[in-house]
Amino acid sequence: MHIMINGQKKEIFAAQNLREIVDRFSSNPAALIAEVNGTIVKKAQWDAVSVNDGDTIELVSFVGGG
Amino acid sequence: MTAIPSNLSVLSEEVKLDTPLEIAGKMFTSRFLLGTGKFKNKTDLAQSIEASKTEIVTVALRRIDLERHDENILEYIPRNVTLLVNTSGARNAKEAVRIARLAKEAGYGNWIKIEVINDSKYLLPDNQETVKATEILAAEGFVVLPYMYPDLYAARALVQAGAATVMPLGSLIGSNRGLKVKEFIQILIDEIDIPIVVDAGLGAPSHAAEAMEMGADAVLVNTAVATAGNPALIAQAFAMAVEAGRLAYLSKLPPPKNNADASSPLTGFLYDQSR
Repeated sequence: MHIMINGQKKEIFAAQNLREIVDRFSSNPAALIAEVNGTIVKKAQWDAVSVNDGDTIELVSFVGGG
Repeated sequence: MTAIPSNLSVLSEEVKLDTPLEIAGKMFTSRFLLGTGKFKNKTDLAQSIEASKTEIVTVALRRIDLERHDENILEYIPRNVTLLVNTSGARNAKEAVRIARLAKEAGYGNWIKIEVINDSKYLLPDNQETVKATEILAAEGFVVLPYMYPDLYAARALVQAGAATVMPLGSLIGSNRGLKVKEFIQILIDEIDIPIVVDAGLGAPSHAAEAMEMGADAVLVNTAVATAGNPALIAQAFAMAVEAGRLAYLSKLPPPKNNADASSPLTGFLYDQSR
């Protein structure tokens, strides 16, 4: 199945939850915020939220800025 | 012999006379806000934060790099420093609101610097959209510090919308050109009752001192520190300039005059002859 993550199309081979997706793309999820299909998903719910074909995910974090 | 230390005690009393900067009920000793963008490396950033004695720093929110995400800038920002997340990248109120809500979810507080820019050449803030975003976010309980073009009507609308401060630009962002809109910032200082934080364009400590002498409550600097040859050193210089400017403001600066006015007495000259 395919998902859109941070504007990029990515292939996911098996059904996964959000935490597994986060772990695949980030080695530092401490200050990471996730949004699935436009809805913010709290860190405590990452295990419970499954990622489905066609989902749009945003993974954001803080960077330097003025 | 006159006791010299009396001067010093006068000075320290003056310092004590200053009230802390209060934003949304939180007290700050430092009136120097530091941005964290454009630093060459994290060592420069950490040293600059320390040297600046800042108590509020700004950060931005971005998509992580999917190929390589390992760094967390928050590791370089002391926990006692208030984090102010900007909404840079937002082109309208709706996008700014989305960024703010995402930022809050990270669990580092609810302080947000509204930055809505829809012009890629001048990077000027869109006051109208900024007011809209401020209204929505203040109603949701955010502490909102909006970055704006110094316009009295917009500033009043921001106050009405629930802004915690008003942050007028000094000149074009990142331009290091100083207070190009000085007279309009002065109007905000004179007419707006919430803290005025001069943001953007301050390129040298003298610019920061000038803003503080005018009565600005604080300044925010990023580019001038981050891109200096020695960021930590200029961060310290900015901190001193902000303090100097603040003391000068509290001292009630005498106004400029058009005519000369001798500093020394005009009587008792050695060569005076009684005729």
